[in-house]
Amino acid sequence: MTAKDGKKKNGIELLEDAFALCKTESRRAVAPFVTAGDPDSKSTSAILESICAAGATCCELGVPYSDPIADGPVIQASYTRALNAGMTLTKMFDVVAAFSKSHSMPLLAMASYSLIFRNGIEAFVKRGQESGLAGFVVPDLPLEESDELDTQCRLAGLALVRLVTPTTPPERAREIARRSTGFLYCVSVSGVTGERTALPENLVERIQWLREESDVPILVGFGISTAEQAREVAAVADGVIVGSAVVRCIEKAEGGKSMSDAAGGFVRELVGACRLN
Amino acid sequence: MTSVPAETVGQKLSAVPDNFGRFGCFGGRYVPETLSAALDQLELAYDEAIADPEFISELEGLFAAFVGRPTPLLFARRLTEKAGGAQIYFKREDLSHTGAHKINNTLGQALLAIRMGKRRIIAETGAGQHGVATATACARFGLECVVYMGSEDVRRQSPNVRTMKLMGAEVRPVESGSRTLRDAINEAMRDWMASVETTHYIIGSVVGPHPFPRIVRDFQSVIGRETIDCCKSLFGRLPDTVVACVGGGSNAAGMFYPFVDCPEVRLVGVEAGGRSSGDGEHAAPLTYGTPGILHGSLSYVLQDADGQTADVHSVSAGLDYPGVGPEHSFWRDSGRVDYTSVTDAAALDAFDMVAQQEGVLPALETSHALAWAVDAASKMRPEEILVVCMSGRGDKDAAEIARLRGHE
Repeated sequence: MTAKDGKKKNGIELLEDAFALCKTESRRAVAPFVTAGDPDSKSTSAILESICAAGATCCELGVPYSDPIADGPVIQASYTRALNAGMTLTKMFDVVAAFSKSHSMPLLAMASYSLIFRNGIEAFVKRGQESGLAGFVVPDLPLEESDELDTQCRLAGLALVRLVTPTTPPERAREIARRSTGFLYCVSVSGVTGERTALPENLVERIQWLREESDVPILVGFGISTAEQAREVAAVADGVIVGSAVVRCIEKAEGGKSMSDAAGGFVRELVGACRLN
Repeated sequence: MTSVPAETVGQKLSAVPDNFGRFGCFGGRYVPETLSAALDQLELAYDEAIADPEFISELEGLFAAFVGRPTPLLFARRLTEKAGGAQIYFKREDLSHTGAHKINNTLGQALLAIRMGKRRIIAETGAGQHGVATATACARFGLECVVYMGSEDVRRQSPNVRTMKLMGAEVRPVESGSRTLRDAINEAMRDWMASVETTHYIIGSVVGPHPFPRIVRDFQSVIGRETIDCCKSLFGRLPDTVVACVGGGSNAAGMFYPFVDCPEVRLVGVEAGGRSSGDGEHAAPLTYGTPGILHGSLSYVLQDADGQTADVHSVSAGLDYPGVGPEHSFWRDSGRVDYTSVTDAAALDAFDMVAQQEGVLPALETSHALAWAVDAASKMRPEEILVVCMSGRGDKDAAEIARLRGHE
């Protein structure tokens, strides 16, 4: 996508536009998570089309990794399916490139730092930029180890979305909030990714406190699995991230078009739940 | 003597890790944010504990009366004669309570957990020795204990599974991935992500995020310190060569660390060479791997070009791991320690030889170090002294060896 002056927008600007549009339209952001290559590249492309049409604000594309310690059984199993079906980084970047050529919905790669490091930090960011990624979420990269990736993302104009969790002490949360670009990922519960029946009680206070500390939108993720939960979170945060529930929805569908239909239908419900008033 | 890189000249090799958990460029802490606070808490608790004379004396008391330390240094007379070169000695960690060096670390970490007010313990195990040692420490202190173990390892190390249960631990078989040690670590980490406020994770080797590699090395360093004391009193000098097997590398780290600033002692780590040098046929990251990140730290690892962890193979469950402790990577690149590998077949031959020549049944893990040692001794002079870290006993392997040889 290009701006009026013809200058190509960078990843951070694409995200800013997407959040600004939500504001204009009086709704909260919905960021679904989809595993790249589950069950194959072609399906992922169709699913991205479908969730984009359903009104998703941006999408986290999970990059399959063999040893994902931050992920629960649903996403872990989707990574295993994708890898067994021959998913590679090259195929993942191809999916991103094909999609971003014709859509403005920003894509963020949720990637283990193991993969980024192995490929070379500068090289990996460059591949992301060239393919049209808007940024990265790196669930196993804490603040202390992130300087190099942070620098490369800033040079490339890509977002490096950071995570704050219930166990993060306030001083540290402040620093993470300050350094997060694109948006801030507020992890609702301690633990791995996965669906949960109830949201934690102190979530509202945590988000209100974080809002004072951060200039970027605050999205809440981990454990949100229904439109009703999304509505509750949308009342207090700038948006919701829904991962395992989307992945499971695709897993349960009977292949082909039913997968993209199921994912699109679920995202449409979430988008509806996140409308204000 | 091998050279040391410029940045460590003038600084002792033992002066690692730094405050970020770095051993040279290796180590660090690559974990989800949820674990950051717990790792900071652990680091603080550890620093306070080792400065507390009461903690040290409690641990030393347990080492003496519960573990049976110091463990002896045995002259392997018939093996030495057979090799026809250097004098071979065994540092008898196999005589420790629970049959391996693992107990040194689990007692230390269990005491740390109690200091931090955590009464639930989780652990991963490959060969089952660390699981048994953790279950034992938990029983001793009345702590709840859950051990994750790959279902393939549950099968090949069933005696240890029984022992863990007898000690009151819950053993959770892990069915994901290769169903071995690596997957057990993944599951333990996931448990810890959800339970970190009440649970301590007793990691079993010198791997994982900072401060684990340092803590485990320090608790295991009693092996090297005793070896130095014993050699000084028996021979009036240090040994010429010290050898240990390396999977994650805790017995080797504990044996080598007190020697790293003594350049006259040659240190050799032996990895699992498996069936061959082909991809997926071995478990030798220091021999065949590249620097990468696995289970929270930067170290040599076996990965494909994308960074996906490679499949590994070893006849020995305790060495069947695609990564290695970051300090070993540091020692490798600094040239201080030589790393090599020994095949499944050579390890099995050494197992037989040591059983029949010395009346000591070594663990299959240890048998890798023994295979190298017998070969190396034959090329050394008779006045030279070679010490092998006899990291564990082999009773647990007897049934699996019989199965492999087709007479179950």
